[in-house]
Amino acid sequence: MKPFRYERAADAAGAVATVAAHPGAAFLGAGTNLVDHLKLGITSPDLLVDVSRLPMDQVEERADGGLRIGANVRNADLAAHPAVRTRYPVLSQALLSGASGQLRNLATTGGNLLQRTRCAYFQDPSSPCNKRDPGSGCAALEGWTRYHAVLGASSHCVAVHPSDMAVAMTALGAVVVTLGPDGERRVPLTEFHRLPGDAPHRDTVLRHGELITGVELPALPFATRSRYRKVRDRASYAFALVSVAVALDLEDDGRTVREARIALGGIAHKPWRAERAEAALRGLPATEESCRTAAEAETADAHPLRDNAFKVPLVHNTLVAVVRDLVGQGAPEAPGGLEGSR
Amino acid sequence: METEIRLRVDGQAYEVTVDTRTTVLDALRERLGITSPKKGCDHGQCGSCTVLLDGRRATTCLALAVSYDGAEITTAEGLGEGEELHPVQQAFVDHDALQCGYCTPGQVCSAVGVLREAAQGWPSAVTEVGAEGGISPEALDHDEIAERMSGNLCRCGAYVNIVPAVAAAAEATAEGAGR
Repeated sequence: MKPFRYERAADAAGAVATVAAHPGAAFLGAGTNLVDHLKLGITSPDLLVDVSRLPMDQVEERADGGLRIGANVRNADLAAHPAVRTRYPVLSQALLSGASGQLRNLATTGGNLLQRTRCAYFQDPSSPCNKRDPGSGCAALEGWTRYHAVLGASSHCVAVHPSDMAVAMTALGAVVVTLGPDGERRVPLTEFHRLPGDAPHRDTVLRHGELITGVELPALPFATRSRYRKVRDRASYAFALVSVAVALDLEDDGRTVREARIALGGIAHKPWRAERAEAALRGLPATEESCRTAAEAETADAHPLRDNAFKVPLVHNTLVAVVRDLVGQGAPEAPGGLEGSR
Repeated sequence: METEIRLRVDGQAYEVTVDTRTTVLDALRERLGITSPKKGCDHGQCGSCTVLLDGRRATTCLALAVSYDGAEITTAEGLGEGEELHPVQQAFVDHDALQCGYCTPGQVCSAVGVLREAAQGWPSAVTEVGAEGGISPEALDHDEIAERMSGNLCRCGAYVNIVPAVAAAAEATAEGAGR
């Protein structure tokens, strides 16, 4: 690990000013991803500005009925928060399906959004990687790609974003609040992470010195009917092969989709808002057939790699399963729905 | 760059000068000689370095010591009262929940954290959706314990006894609390 100086930030504005003025500086949150990267030699800042004790650690009610989550709220606290569990269960489930209990007690909301891909080639400094070392090439293109992208990738990078939390927040229409040298701005989460294009070293639209201060969740009453399902190679404590977050608004008949919010994880360089699938489901009964058609519309442009063609049907099957669970939830019976598709 | 930090570990206060690159785990083991937290993977993947950090279970291999200046830490060594084992430690002994023992200090610290989290009603990824009241230690069944302990790997494969040990400790805790 290369030597670095350490400063504890006194306030957010001071932290932003310090990092913005210093090209080799980085913010330090809990460090559960950054410290690993320091050890692996993936990154080597010469100054860490510790923002982990800044008072951005509250979950607050917003006037519109939504929530404002401070950037330093720990993943464990957010998952257990009564307002999240009752009003946005998909977010609580997504958080609880990520990492382990002892990591969730440390990891922060802002840091979770900024965690970097677990692509094995990215994490191995002896491999070429355009994300770690721009212009060096991509070892994954000809490598082992079970965990890589099927949507939105480029010839420069096929890595996926690892967060579960961000997938649920994407479905919920979250907005990232940042503080930069030029002041505060609000970025919809769907526009916060980038597709790789020819600049995969840039994960997000953040500028150097711009700090996440919080995340806003809009009021979404029908998100009480929401769920996260994560498919992985072992039952717990593993990154997603595919994950699906859905919030479902049903008509009074309990089966027709008034509105659906869908996001996918494990398949792209960013949490993938599935707007095509949402549009395809609107106004239709939530049957296996309509869900499958919607999922197929979403993955129509998929470009699987050598080892991950299974992800395309897995997305379809997982979306069907999640919607089936949601239609069954809280309804005495799901008429003509997905019960037979089990 | 070196910095002086203060830590309180297993009830004892320490002042120690550390390089900014030092993790909490290395500060405990290499600087303070407290070796019950183990270095397994050193990448946050195995859980053998788990301690109670300001009352919560936490991995220490990815935490920079300088960032935790002033922290209160309990390791497996500090769980018991004098010669008396903590109920979780006693349950591990009673259930033969270890072979080589390398992961065990992290396992018992994690299990203590699991019981505290359950006592606060924290759900897990396998808690039934819509369980408004959350969960309690005595409601921790096999699936709940396996899920909540999944951050602690055991290369000997002693899980088959670790899960019953945690269940027994949960029961003992519930009884001890007069429930």
